[in-house]
Amino acid sequence: MPDIGVRTIGVIGAGVMGSEVAQVFAQAGFEVVLVDVTDDALERARQTIQRSLRFQRMLGARTGLAAPPTVDRAEVLGRVRFTTELADVADADFVVENVTEDWDVKRPVFEELDAVCKPHVVFAVNTSVIPITRVGGVTGRPDRVIGAHFMNPVSLKPMVEVIRGFHTSEETVRTMLAVLAAIGKEGVVVADSPGFVSNRVLMLTVNEAAYLVHERVAEASEVDRLFKGCFGHTMGPLETADLIGLDTILLSIEGLYRSFGDSKYRPCPLLKQLVDAGLLGRKSGRGFHNYE
Amino acid sequence: MDEIKAKVRQFLRGYFKEHDFADEEDIFASGYANSLFVMQLIAMVEREFSLVVADEDLEFDNFRSIDAIARFVTAKTVVPAGT
Repeated sequence: MPDIGVRTIGVIGAGVMGSEVAQVFAQAGFEVVLVDVTDDALERARQTIQRSLRFQRMLGARTGLAAPPTVDRAEVLGRVRFTTELADVADADFVVENVTEDWDVKRPVFEELDAVCKPHVVFAVNTSVIPITRVGGVTGRPDRVIGAHFMNPVSLKPMVEVIRGFHTSEETVRTMLAVLAAIGKEGVVVADSPGFVSNRVLMLTVNEAAYLVHERVAEASEVDRLFKGCFGHTMGPLETADLIGLDTILLSIEGLYRSFGDSKYRPCPLLKQLVDAGLLGRKSGRGFHNYE
Repeated sequence: MDEIKAKVRQFLRGYFKEHDFADEEDIFASGYANSLFVMQLIAMVEREFSLVVADEDLEFDNFRSIDAIARFVTAKTVVPAGT
């Protein structure tokens, strides 16, 4: 590992994203402090990491990624310290935050992190929706706050959308890219704007695909087959929506609509109706497609 | 063997509504084999046939077709005669 002055990573939030982020850093040889509010969440994270490591050799081979540095489960888990105390990241050299995508949850986390962490430490916000500039504003280090929108599953996706907040410094961008390079990922740096690049385009695409079904131009299966067969996408937009969860999709498109005040982001009535009906996609057994 | 194939085929129908797989057909060639599908396929094999797939058996070739899965499950579950 090249010396980038970062040895210990604080990972805040041990949900699906946080668990995988902790895993990829531990696999790359970093010491990781993984924080969540309950022991239950941390135990689930331990199991998620174990399961992911188990399948990694097989799935990694398929995606054509180079074999990760360490796949020994005991060794990887040995580098992760699981804790419910946020103060335990006091010695971290770099922090990746992955808590719920809700400003009322994220805000106090950053206020506390700012008090606990060393002044030079960079905070990476793993988000697809929260403005990075706003996060920077509640800390005393807005120049060292940056967005890092990791993709799921983190261990298999080679690219990260990096978001430069209004005050984010060049040095912080360089540190972020070096940290990503150390875990075998490439960052693409974009400016801070609602939905950034990936979610703005994805949500608009999903919403438009929903309109096609709503207007009976095509069945959901036909929309998805066209994207897979014609464009080589591994999943169509409506399968992707079912995987993400239609409630999350609706929140995202409504967020874009509010942020831009532009009618092109108006949510499709069918999308709203499916959410009202409790058809949220894979997690509820049915969405645009039926999984039961 | 036929019972194993029937269970695998039933699982695949849940995913591939418009397509019935032949026994020897490559499931992963369809382009649908994303990481989630692969994990769910293996979880189904472990659950339905009460076995644990060992790390060294986590290879695409063991799960590539209905035939391959049936061969794998048979090899892992049939107790040799005389024991």
